[in-house]
Amino acid sequence: MTLTAIAFYAFAIVLLASAVRVITAKNPVHSVLFLILAFFNAAGLFVLIGAEFVAMILVIVYVGAVAVLFLFVVMMLDINFQELRQGFMQYMPVGLVVGAILAVELVFLAATQLAGGPVGGQANNSPIPPVDQVTNTEAIGRVLYTDYVYAFQVSGLILLVAMIGAIVLTLRSRPGVRRQQIGQQLDRKRGEVVQVRKVPTRGGV
Amino acid sequence: MSDILAQLGTFWADLPLIVRIVVGILTIVVPLLIGMAMLTYFERKVMAAMQLRQGPNMVGPFGLLQPFADGLKLLSKETVVPTQANAGVFFAAPMLTFLLALVAWAVIPFGEGLVLADINVGVLYLFAISSLGVYGIIMAGWASNSKYAFLGGLRAAAQMVSYEVSIGLVIVTVLLCVGSLNLSKIVEAQKTVWFFIPLFPMFIIFFISALAETNRAPFDLPEGESELSGGFNVEYSSMTFALFFLGEYINMILMSAMTVILFLGGWLPPLDIAPLNWIPGPLWFIAKITFVLFCFIWVRATLPRYRYDQLMRLGWKVFLPFSLIWVVLTSGVLVYFDLLPK
Repeated sequence: MTLTAIAFYAFAIVLLASAVRVITAKNPVHSVLFLILAFFNAAGLFVLIGAEFVAMILVIVYVGAVAVLFLFVVMMLDINFQELRQGFMQYMPVGLVVGAILAVELVFLAATQLAGGPVGGQANNSPIPPVDQVTNTEAIGRVLYTDYVYAFQVSGLILLVAMIGAIVLTLRSRPGVRRQQIGQQLDRKRGEVVQVRKVPTRGGV
Repeated sequence: MSDILAQLGTFWADLPLIVRIVVGILTIVVPLLIGMAMLTYFERKVMAAMQLRQGPNMVGPFGLLQPFADGLKLLSKETVVPTQANAGVFFAAPMLTFLLALVAWAVIPFGEGLVLADINVGVLYLFAISSLGVYGIIMAGWASNSKYAFLGGLRAAAQMVSYEVSIGLVIVTVLLCVGSLNLSKIVEAQKTVWFFIPLFPMFIIFFISALAETNRAPFDLPEGESELSGGFNVEYSSMTFALFFLGEYINMILMSAMTVILFLGGWLPPLDIAPLNWIPGPLWFIAKITFVLFCFIWVRATLPRYRYDQLMRLGWKVFLPFSLIWVVLTSGVLVYFDLLPK
């Protein structure tokens, strides 16, 4: 019990400290590295509450893929972050409002939880099985593909649209760029490219 | 005899949890480090044999002590930090690489019940840890503040992210046949037939992706000597370099262990008959890992390095669609013949 408490406080403290460093670090690459540390500690917290599937997916998707690309971009681009920081005071009120709304929502959620009220709204057709009987991967699978199948499909479609959008925006054929066309290379016939000529002596081709 | 064993058992159970965990970790890490040292020797000897050379044969009998001599030499060298380097990240990168290579071994089952942490999401844990491995390399490339190292780091990042996608889909195919994310259950599901027989194309894709994921030849572009003069670790020397080297080779052993667990039946003997099942499970496991490692070295000694755009094309345009089709095909076959694990 105490071990869990120690682990919780360790994860929580490192998480908060690295979250603060994300916005205060001078070097943008350091910011991204602290963001990764924050993700990692959040995954640790998920493990502590027994949601190991969510923890692993968080690490695989956010730390393993999204943050790598993020780091990639930050390293490649020469962004002047001093300049970006100029408007900090200007955006401050908006940020505070968003933060306040989130905090109020969290308090409401916690209050309903404590009062014992339903969090999900209406009752499900297939209730979530107790986590000590099935693994939580299975528990998520059971509700995700039954009650929430439409929400699941819609989120998949949104991602697909975003992906197609990104491809459409970046795919353009630039004139003057010669690319390797593997299909064309393999498609060539001997007769099209090799000519056998009889060259007369001293005559040339 | 059984009395002594029973006494040992109760003595073990009475020890405090922390002592048991530490002893457990040491029994994995120490043989692993020795195994890694022997792997470098094995690699040099096998490649020498393939190229009709002798290989290391001076230090100790048959040159067996060569890796330890190399290790001592590395330790006694000077650690050089480039003046323009970002010192914190520069030192964090090799430590991270080495650490990640070791922590993944916590969930590997060496035999029936012989596993340090038997967690339910073992496969996902391994996948998560191996996807983190890219950070050590990209941090090293950036912190060195050198163009060769930076190019090597960027190449490594792009390559590892690309091949992870096909590895993920291959793992999904195996999981469809098992119905559990637990590594011990994956091995037990192969009691009737090892998965490399029904899923042979997936086995090949996994092996090739493992080569790319560990930055081994013919996909060793992040450290291409001819164009990047060593790649991401060009500025590292002494112990910091040794940590990268250790990390890379332990990752090789780890990916071989994953191949063995997913496709070659883990600790199970090929046939459950008399002389074969006398050999204890862990020995089978180690023998199979050695075989996969031999294939790693064999590929390195045989094939030339890929061109970078060909490498990306192979990952995204060949492996990804192919493994995606196999996921659909496998699930279709399993549903049609009602073979899905309950």
